[in-house]
Amino acid sequence: MVEPDLAAIWVYLSATPLLGLTITLIAYSLAYRLYIYANSNPLLNPVLTSVIVLIILLVLTNTSYETYFAGGQFVHFLLGPATVALAIPLYQQCSKLRQLFIPVAITVISGVIIGAFSSIGIAWFLGASLQTQLSLSPKSVTAPVAMGISEQIGGLPSLTAVLVVVTGIIGATIGTKLFDLMRIKDDSVKGIAMGITAHGIGTARAFQVSPEMGAFSGLAMALSAFASAVILPWLLNLIGMLN
Amino acid sequence: MHFLNGITLLLIYQLIGEVSVLLLRIPVPGPVLGMVMLFLTLAFRGCSTASLDSASSALLSHLSLLFVPAGVGMIVHFDRIIHEWLPITIALVLSTVITMAATAVIMLASGRLLSKKGQKDG
Repeated sequence: MVEPDLAAIWVYLSATPLLGLTITLIAYSLAYRLYIYANSNPLLNPVLTSVIVLIILLVLTNTSYETYFAGGQFVHFLLGPATVALAIPLYQQCSKLRQLFIPVAITVISGVIIGAFSSIGIAWFLGASLQTQLSLSPKSVTAPVAMGISEQIGGLPSLTAVLVVVTGIIGATIGTKLFDLMRIKDDSVKGIAMGITAHGIGTARAFQVSPEMGAFSGLAMALSAFASAVILPWLLNLIGMLN
Repeated sequence: MHFLNGITLLLIYQLIGEVSVLLLRIPVPGPVLGMVMLFLTLAFRGCSTASLDSASSALLSHLSLLFVPAGVGMIVHFDRIIHEWLPITIALVLSTVITMAATAVIMLASGRLLSKKGQKDG
């Protein structure tokens, strides 16, 4: 009589948040080990791998996202305090920021606008729906903030989260090659461009190149998160994309 | 104890941020306002604290883990992604290249312009 017992255990586990929370942590720690083992290959980004593994698990066990999220929400909740915590690295870069404040400010503001409207424009041109265009617009912003923006402008926060992660992976993969091609050697310039375009995943890549590039990338990520949160909803409203 | 104090402070700033956004109808996510307020507090005080440093490095060192549950939410949008995969993919790749190249050029150009101007003034 093993079968009914297993089924009873499954019924019990799938009704508590414990399972969703535990498989999230297991999937991520395995994915993270795989990433380190593969010399931080950006294609094996731990977020991407663990999301794929978890989706396969949910589909195979016929579990709904709501059931999974009852456990996943405990991890998800930490995005809020993590966003607040970005103030500390930003503060640590304060003296660098003071030196380069004007060029960095100009670059961050134009980068936010270029990033959002190039993705909206291309998606619109290729016939994507309005909700998809809106969900795409904060794709270069660090995920907790991007999801907040997406929710505010009427996009789909969970779709935005995926688009943000994929953007980070693309940026981290092509970034250094693109800078070589453009013959840009200044690490502060490379870092700023990386942080604005590819947020945290790009910043992790930048730290592998040099500490200076990493610091500037982290700085640009935090600044563009704030600039996007202020500019994007206002600008989209101005051009009449939000009703 | 350090970690607990730090995380409590972060939650307090988030709470103040969320409440201010609701009350004052500021078009910014609550945690972002909390981040700005914490940054201003640190800049005003002139230093950070050990407990804040330990809580923030603990949270930020595994920042990417926190995106996972939201990423799994893609399962809900499967139809949309399959239906619109081409515009989504092209928009992501092209826009990422455009943004990165443009911001690098703008940063380079504005940095040069300002340093030239500084030399002339000086």
